[in-house]
Amino acid sequence: MKSFKNLVIEKSIYLILLFSVMITLVTTALVIVLLGKESIEFFKQVPVFSFLFGTHWQPLIAPHSFGVLPLVCGTLWIVLGSVAIAVPVGLLVAVYLSEYASDQLRSYLKPMLELLAGIPTVVYGYFALSFITPVLKWFNPDIEIFNAASGAIVVGIMILPMIASLCDDAFRAVPGSIREGGYALGANTFEVIKDILIPATKSRIGAASVLAISRAIGETMAVTLAAGATARLTADPFVSVQTMTSYIVQVTMGDTPAGGVEYLSSFAVGTLLFLMTLIMNIIGNQWVFKSRIRLV
Amino acid sequence: MSASVNKSEEQVILEVRDLDVFYGQKQAIHSVSMQIKKGTVAALIGPSGCGKSTFLRSLNRMNDFVGTAKVTGDVLYKGQNLYGKKVDPVELRSQIGMVFQKPNPFPKSIYKNITWGPKVNGFDGDTDLLVEKSLKRASLWDEVKDRLHDSAFDLSGGQQQRLCIARAIAMNPDVILMDEPCSALDPRSTQGIEDLISELKRRYTIIIVTHNMQQAGRISDETYFFHEGHLVEFGETKQIFTNPSKKKTEDYITGRFG
Repeated sequence: MKSFKNLVIEKSIYLILLFSVMITLVTTALVIVLLGKESIEFFKQVPVFSFLFGTHWQPLIAPHSFGVLPLVCGTLWIVLGSVAIAVPVGLLVAVYLSEYASDQLRSYLKPMLELLAGIPTVVYGYFALSFITPVLKWFNPDIEIFNAASGAIVVGIMILPMIASLCDDAFRAVPGSIREGGYALGANTFEVIKDILIPATKSRIGAASVLAISRAIGETMAVTLAAGATARLTADPFVSVQTMTSYIVQVTMGDTPAGGVEYLSSFAVGTLLFLMTLIMNIIGNQWVFKSRIRLV
Repeated sequence: MSASVNKSEEQVILEVRDLDVFYGQKQAIHSVSMQIKKGTVAALIGPSGCGKSTFLRSLNRMNDFVGTAKVTGDVLYKGQNLYGKKVDPVELRSQIGMVFQKPNPFPKSIYKNITWGPKVNGFDGDTDLLVEKSLKRASLWDEVKDRLHDSAFDLSGGQQQRLCIARAIAMNPDVILMDEPCSALDPRSTQGIEDLISELKRRYTIIIVTHNMQQAGRISDETYFFHEGHLVEFGETKQIFTNPSKKKTEDYITGRFG
């Protein structure tokens, strides 16, 4: 009797788990199908080449032009800028938390860091508009209200807690005995961090950076508020740009009729975004795998 | 008269006077004093938790890393107080080698495991020579000379521990502290480390913590018996093992507790 009951429980747990896995798989499949279907419709009207390599993006007003490079440019500004800020600073924060801060201080700092990660992104957008941009303007009054630099800085602040937290976990996973070995040879804390901890954790630092880049590519709300909605291929970070995500928001929130080429263009942009993130993650995984260092 | 006093002082490389160690409220070491002469192998024995490892780690200030630890008393290394105000513990640790319970090679190549310590301490000589010399002294050269640039983790446990000894030797220390260096090794590797210690003792002063009394008997010249944070008895190893003067020592050595 008991064994039958156990069997039922076992079986239902198995089914629940399987169902949960199926949700993620089916969702992913649906997203890909939807993106693909609408994108194909789009590319029936706009050649792939002129989409990918066109330098002029004017989808909503005639004459229409669907060169995606200005949007890619906007996204790149945000990604490169934010990662350039968040990876080094996040690493320093992690070093401080794991190697210098006392346990007591750490017990206050780590939850604060996680609090920072929990702030809604739209609030970060306000923060960029009402604080970061004015500060930038203080240095140079000529910059635009909406600008890529402000967006990059605010996204950098947003992804900082994630990088710091992941790197902190990585450092703390290094056995204390390896640190002691370093100290016993007359090394100071900085030398132990630079020559032992960071090399030993570089694959995990890389993984954290890849996650951060993916998050920065996909970030929407704060970027739309901070960097604006002017699709532009520009080398100047102090003017308004539009990222791929902000464009998708613009189209879906606006009064663009469904089914038209303007509407379909957002799916093409979405597909490109998806592919970029995918390639990023594949490269990241490869690199993390190659540089993995055994710790035992 | 004074000449002979000087001579005996010269031979003492490490002198401990009234050392107390506290972890927070708890006192782990109670007023321990000892003198270690140059070139001896001194074994610290005693049951688990008797404070022998704590004591060892206060000899190169590794206890500094335990936030709650407080050390009072003097440790004189070549006449200089290690706990004096002007002493830089980082500098000090470069002069006193340490080998730990579990082999703890760095996640680097065999070669770089040896050269890293000297390099961060300003060594700018021939590293090839240094690596060869250190590995030879640690009896590891023949086994690894063809794969110096492989990861240190490719070595067996016993080889890793000898690498850690080589790493300590590369710093050219006078004293090497060993904290149960064989506790994670199989009997054959243990034999290798013990043979190595016997070879090293001509050049280095070795202070070794061990829970293995046979090991203390085989390799040490002097034995110090710790119990509940007190140094109960010490003397020549042969005398401690054959004719201890304290009841507690005898009980421990004959296996009645511990």
